[in-house]
Amino acid sequence: MAEKTVSAPSGPPQRNGDGQREVTRGQELYVRPPVDIYEIPDGLVMMADLPGVSKENLEVRVDDGLLTINAKAAQTVPGEPVYREYELPGFFRQFEIVDEIDTEKIKAGLRTGVLTLNLPLSEKAKPKKIEVKVD
Amino acid sequence: MQQTESYQEMDALHREIDRAFEDFFPTAAPFSRSAFLPGRLARSYPLVNVHEDKDHLYVEALAPGIDPGSLNLTVVHNNLTISGEKKGPPDNIKPEAFHREERASGKFVRTITLPVEIDDSKVSAEYKNGLLLITLPKSEKAKPKQISVQVS
Repeated sequence: MAEKTVSAPSGPPQRNGDGQREVTRGQELYVRPPVDIYEIPDGLVMMADLPGVSKENLEVRVDDGLLTINAKAAQTVPGEPVYREYELPGFFRQFEIVDEIDTEKIKAGLRTGVLTLNLPLSEKAKPKKIEVKVD
Repeated sequence: MQQTESYQEMDALHREIDRAFEDFFPTAAPFSRSAFLPGRLARSYPLVNVHEDKDHLYVEALAPGIDPGSLNLTVVHNNLTISGEKKGPPDNIKPEAFHREERASGKFVRTITLPVEIDDSKVSAEYKNGLLLITLPKSEKAKPKQISVQVS
């Protein structure tokens, strides 16, 4: 999976001639979530750390071979901040996905701040065993 | 033993360099840390934010993907210790099957010294969406007291 180097969302995805996307950086701060991507026999699995993101604030979209993760973290700590080590900004990351992935069958799950995406191979792309007939 | 000492020296040097950089970029720390998800070599995991109101301290830890059963919190005086384990991908995945491996995983422990005394019998914690929120009531001694002024 090739990664797009777009650092912030820019409205609906659109491509210009040379395959590069034009980007207008928003005011908000966005961070690339760290991901693990690994192969399993049926396809690919992607896990992304999205702390503070609930299901309502998460958008996963596949558009013309481009997988977009766009999420907003909500922070609800009472009181006044006295010491900070991190901020919770938005999360944004895009990947180009190969044609062999069946985009209709992508499954997403969100648990304890970790997004798990199952990207199955399409039937055509799955490895097939060919029986050898011996006369 | 010699080895342990040199390791400690390395650690002290590391800290000194960090401190020098913090002095050099005073605005960079600790408020606007943008690389906020620590990677594999982070020395402080999980990262925490501390909030305060009149009666409580609130510690929020950035800890996605922790097995809730492995989370362990202890409070001794005003030292809060958070330990647990972050599970990585399944063990049966071969190294060559990975396209990307950026998420840190493994066991962690971190002790935070809190600015005030805590009533350790009433500490509560909630783990939601990968954020751990620990509510620590201040001990009676640490609460601000109103002193009335007598006018003679």
